[in-house]
Amino acid sequence: MAPWLARASSQLARRAARRLLSAPPPSQHRLCPPGPWLLSSAPPVLGTSPLPAAGSGDSRGFCSVRRFTGESSAAAAAAVEEAENGLVAVGGDQAVDFPGGKVSFVAEMNFLPESQKERINCYRVLDDDGRTISGSRFQEVSKELALKMYSEMVTLQVMDTIFFEAQRQGRISFYITSHGEEAINIASAAALTIDDIVLPQYREPGVLLWRGFTLQEFANQCFGNKLDNGKGRQMPIHYGSNRLNYFTVSSPIATQLPHAVGAAYSLKMDKKDACAVTYVGDGGTSEGDFHAALNFAAVMEAPVIFFCRNNGWAISTPTSEQFRSDGAVIRGQAYGMRSIRVDGNDALAVYTAVHAAREMAIKEGRPILVEALTYRVGHHSTSDDSTKYRPVDEIEHWRTARDPISRYRKWVQGNGWWCDADESELRNNVRQELLKAIQVAERMPKPPLAELFTDVYDEIPSNLREQERLLRDTIKKHPADYPADVHI
Amino acid sequence: MAAKALREMGRRRTAAAGIGRRRGFSEDAAAAAGVAERKVGGEGKELNLFTAINQALHIALDTDPRSYVFGEDVGFGGVFRCTTGLADRFGRNRVFNTPLCEQGIAGFAVGLAAMGNRAIAEIQFADYIFPAFDQIVNEAAKFRYRSGNEFNCGGLTIRSPYGAVGHGGHYHSQSPEAFFCHVPGLKVVIPRSPREAKGLLLASIRDPNPVVFFEPKWLYRLAVEEVPEEDYMLPLSQAEVIHKGSDITLVGWGAQLAVLEQACEDAAKDGISCELIDLRTLIPWDKETVEASVSKTGKLLVSHEAPITGGFGAEIAASITERCFQRLEAPVSRVCGLDTPFPLVYETFYMPTKNKVLDAIKATVNY
Repeated sequence: MAPWLARASSQLARRAARRLLSAPPPSQHRLCPPGPWLLSSAPPVLGTSPLPAAGSGDSRGFCSVRRFTGESSAAAAAAVEEAENGLVAVGGDQAVDFPGGKVSFVAEMNFLPESQKERINCYRVLDDDGRTISGSRFQEVSKELALKMYSEMVTLQVMDTIFFEAQRQGRISFYITSHGEEAINIASAAALTIDDIVLPQYREPGVLLWRGFTLQEFANQCFGNKLDNGKGRQMPIHYGSNRLNYFTVSSPIATQLPHAVGAAYSLKMDKKDACAVTYVGDGGTSEGDFHAALNFAAVMEAPVIFFCRNNGWAISTPTSEQFRSDGAVIRGQAYGMRSIRVDGNDALAVYTAVHAAREMAIKEGRPILVEALTYRVGHHSTSDDSTKYRPVDEIEHWRTARDPISRYRKWVQGNGWWCDADESELRNNVRQELLKAIQVAERMPKPPLAELFTDVYDEIPSNLREQERLLRDTIKKHPADYPADVHI
Repeated sequence: MAAKALREMGRRRTAAAGIGRRRGFSEDAAAAAGVAERKVGGEGKELNLFTAINQALHIALDTDPRSYVFGEDVGFGGVFRCTTGLADRFGRNRVFNTPLCEQGIAGFAVGLAAMGNRAIAEIQFADYIFPAFDQIVNEAAKFRYRSGNEFNCGGLTIRSPYGAVGHGGHYHSQSPEAFFCHVPGLKVVIPRSPREAKGLLLASIRDPNPVVFFEPKWLYRLAVEEVPEEDYMLPLSQAEVIHKGSDITLVGWGAQLAVLEQACEDAAKDGISCELIDLRTLIPWDKETVEASVSKTGKLLVSHEAPITGGFGAEIAASITERCFQRLEAPVSRVCGLDTPFPLVYETFYMPTKNKVLDAIKATVNY
């Protein structure tokens, strides 16, 4: 752990400890044995209460608002003064031992505000021009790592562009780009090790790319040919690889989050030096599974990183119609979980935040929530036209002025590690390799018919054997009804 | 909170001996209610159903260090006492409470199982399994298929008490098995008795596919029989012919077997010979055993507590009609729950009771 990171982590722990220490001391006049559900003392008696039950220890005192019902104005004024001094009625006997720690009683009725005065700030390393902002601290990256990150970001961008075109030409049925989120994809992946288990949503193919999934493998999946790991059963972009610890993508939103908690718990029980990492969009934070997963993770102290890509749009629904909280980051605390907001278009910030999150998750056995602010520059998918619901100017602004790749390139180039010639060579190579991969994938036969019936269970049960037999009879009678590229 | 309180109330009332006396497996079953075990000597002990489940869980945890048991309130032994003693013996890392969130339990279990563990999750009542439906149907069931066998969550078993209990009303009585029988990739298993429960649960836990295991909660204390103490498994997807007969085939599962058994006995007094089959595994189900029986008897009656429309009995009726059309001498009869929500004070009216079954047997045989 970097020294400054260790400092930051222990600072957090100290702060938490202070919160506990600042609770009032236990009552000297406890009548009941200390138990988590027992009031440690009688409720506060303030002024002369008109209610006969006041102070008698009945349970109503627990959430009493009596002071607003019948106090003298002088007492009320004194209480206000107390409140302003921040010394609200927290005498030795005015607190309760409640599960989770001591809770102070106060005389003021204060509703928590719906939000903090200022929005949670956002960690950043590089400014818009790719210069490190003054005072920024970040996890150092070697030239080699920095260049690999850059190359993979460019590769992802080129891959998206070409596959998108292939879909438009009708060669593949569907595609989803990660345009605008290349830094999130690659930098988060770079901060992990291959032993960390990734449970993706669907806009994180860059994580898989980083881990060594080849362009040919991507193409095989998108064409659903016989070399596709998924045997052509799912739509394009539903990648998965056991070898690379990348769970197979499924379309339902946020369902992978509780899986990540289970996977992380397993890693912890096996004492592995690894964590689970799962991704979700801003829309996914509205799902029940988001709540389920964060709560389970906190309670079970599972080493899992929840990475929320807040890209502003869930298909056509903007975040203003998705939630009223300050994004996702604020919710971490409600679950008892550390969280950070990071500039998702700043590769170094994403890398550093995930690196630190991973250290804390594994060493301290705890979940971490990372919210990256970014923008979905592309359409939701090839079935979507986002200009129907958002201004083109907005898209252009993020595509150009806030592009994560060019910002990072400026930093890399500023270090003297990259030049224009390198750039064109890289882009050309990726393009050539991908076009070749597409040609190969396209010509590759589809998986044979027999694979339709495998993997439903570990072994094919009799009902499926019977159905396969019937289907083969039908195919014999009506061969023209069936695609020629599936081997019967 | 309300649901939780109700569940606890349900537990307390269930614990009182005597309810459901009419559904005992044998004359002394009700008398034995609440008694966990009685030594009978020989190979096994007389156990009630929840104790047999408990024994299976002990064995499962003992024989595989990568197995885990969890769910709402399982830490102290569970509201039906099925997990008694497990946390003490195997520790809180392997036997633990979860937050009150069924989709979280199922989702967590899928992830745990996908890492090569045996995840034995409890959903406190089958009536509360629906928040977990997406995780079970879209995730667990498709995990292997959608990944081309790159990943699987075959170590997953979801246990859940189901069915009528005499006083459970809408939300402590349902039999939702048919919903899960519509999902390729799942196995659905329902035992009828303590011995069956132990063997089938161990087989389900060790089966390399996700299994939904419904336990007849009415029988947790009422059903008592001799259960071998050792580690044993009963085969999945194999129905069992309990009584041979020649006039009509009766098919059921779980608690309904006790009702069918009594109907069999009464029918015999009228000279009707019933062949009684416990399906045991609902999917993938053992069509061949049912087909062979109906080919012999020429008549079929299917009975379950769940509402008749779209119940799993419909699937059996259709399949057997396809296969045995020439042999059938009467329409397939279904004696099932009514198409109403499960009603509290009308429970007896709703249920596919012995005399409803008996009347249907006679009508079918005399068709």
